[in-house]
Amino acid sequence: MLPIKTKVLKAEKENEKVIRLTLGLQLSGAQPGQFVMVWVPGVDEKPISISESKPTLEICVANAGPASEKIASLKAGDEIFIRGPLGHGFEQKGRKWLMVGGGYGFGPLRFLARVGKDNGKSVEAILGARTKSLLMKKAVCETCFVTNDGSEGKTGTSVDELERRLADKNAKTDMVFSCGPERMMAAVAQACKKHGVPSQLLVERYMKCGFGICGHCAMGKWLACVDGPAIYGEEALSNPEFGKEHQDRCGCKKPL
Amino acid sequence: MIKLEVSVAGVKMCNPLVLAAGVRSNYADLLIRAAKEGAGAVTSKSCSLEPRPGHPNPTAMIHGQVVMNAIGLSNPGAKEEAEQLKKAVKEAGVPVIASVFGKNADEFAEASKIIEKAKPAMIELNISCPNVHREGRMFSADPAATEEIVRAVKKAVKLPVSAKLSPNVTDIAEIAVAAKRGGADAITAINTLSGMWIDAYAKKPYLANRQGGVSGPGIKPVALRCVWQIRQAVDLPIIGGGGITSGTDAAEMLMAGATAVSIGSAVCYRKNAFAEISKELAEFMESEGYAKVSDIKMD
Repeated sequence: MLPIKTKVLKAEKENEKVIRLTLGLQLSGAQPGQFVMVWVPGVDEKPISISESKPTLEICVANAGPASEKIASLKAGDEIFIRGPLGHGFEQKGRKWLMVGGGYGFGPLRFLARVGKDNGKSVEAILGARTKSLLMKKAVCETCFVTNDGSEGKTGTSVDELERRLADKNAKTDMVFSCGPERMMAAVAQACKKHGVPSQLLVERYMKCGFGICGHCAMGKWLACVDGPAIYGEEALSNPEFGKEHQDRCGCKKPL
Repeated sequence: MIKLEVSVAGVKMCNPLVLAAGVRSNYADLLIRAAKEGAGAVTSKSCSLEPRPGHPNPTAMIHGQVVMNAIGLSNPGAKEEAEQLKKAVKEAGVPVIASVFGKNADEFAEASKIIEKAKPAMIELNISCPNVHREGRMFSADPAATEEIVRAVKKAVKLPVSAKLSPNVTDIAEIAVAAKRGGADAITAINTLSGMWIDAYAKKPYLANRQGGVSGPGIKPVALRCVWQIRQAVDLPIIGGGGITSGTDAAEMLMAGATAVSIGSAVCYRKNAFAEISKELAEFMESEGYAKVSDIKMD
């Protein structure tokens, strides 16, 4: 799979940290949860989740490191290269979906929510962030905003709100999808397990090849690039590295 | 009754398929996974004395019959690698071959000593990575350097040692002879072909390292030729590989003179590469009347 040249059509600020790039490229068959390798020649290549496929490809980039900072500073008209779609996306099972996002993890969940609504699913979302300026406010379904400091929406964490919803016997949620910091997702998976509701998460690891040859992005025996990045919560919880350890660029194990 | 067992320098394997170094082999859990998927032995990703981050991305691509990479030997360093290997040796249930590299013979020997503590079945010397040119020479292009490194490691450890050779040389047989002179117990061949991929629209090399190693089904003819030439020159066991993705590919590699067959890029082309290739090899042996792997020879 070769990289395809495309142009940035729009670069819009979602919040203090996140830029949404609309690209002039259609990737037919791209599924929510899948990612693309974004190559900026001479700079770097990074895996980024797809945050919309229609009418054209859209990605949300958090200004979080030297490479993503460069990607996040792209402007309309700039050229980039896309390899993908890659990986195994979310399984769109169940009828009553609840999205639980943390920080900049909301992009791929928004794509999933839109696809779910198109397919007649009932979809609601919870989005948490530390503070108001880190919320991704663009919503495609009924979204409950939560901030740790109470600067917007409810005060607390997205997991608190999830617990409240799962405890509500009338809610009938039958699939929870989550993307955000891994320890938050671990709490989401635990809460869902406790209430007997299946969950799917999107796991991130330092990635090199993106197609399953180099093995760098492993979480235990599981490879984020080809076995994931989507994974069922129960499977993640049974993986001894989930929520605990990842690898740096050398492959040294580090606590999360 | 078809017997798939082989023995490479005294290392007994339940089938001839060896996970190649650098392919999903960075951590214990991945080595164990390949063993469970049906590999007869597994080779860990090359490690050096100190941790290395490798090259920046892009580091790899796959297109048609070709895979390219310039990962740049990223690894956590021999001490952390030894911990991973200990777990793999304990839990894989198949022989674990540990790949080692260094900047000179002393570093190869020192890293091998650290790795030996994890009790792998064999040490494989990566003297043939095409992607770290700018840090020095590729040792396997030079018979004297090849011999010196093998000799230094043989002196440092008690384990069997295999030298992994590069196809990017004028005469690979000459290098195999040098490895044998240094005391090698086996030869692994081939490492990737040195190559380059230019993206016409980017007007730049795709890999950040500009050059990279070519693997994948497209390189099988080169690998067969190299292994055949090595077989003519030395009587050492050979772990032969390069573009092997099917049972008949494996049979061809054995006919070229390999004792065992390494599997690398095939894991990207087939979901259950090890199980499927060994099943196909057994079927081929059945249909062609071979009882054991060492019977498979060219007429």
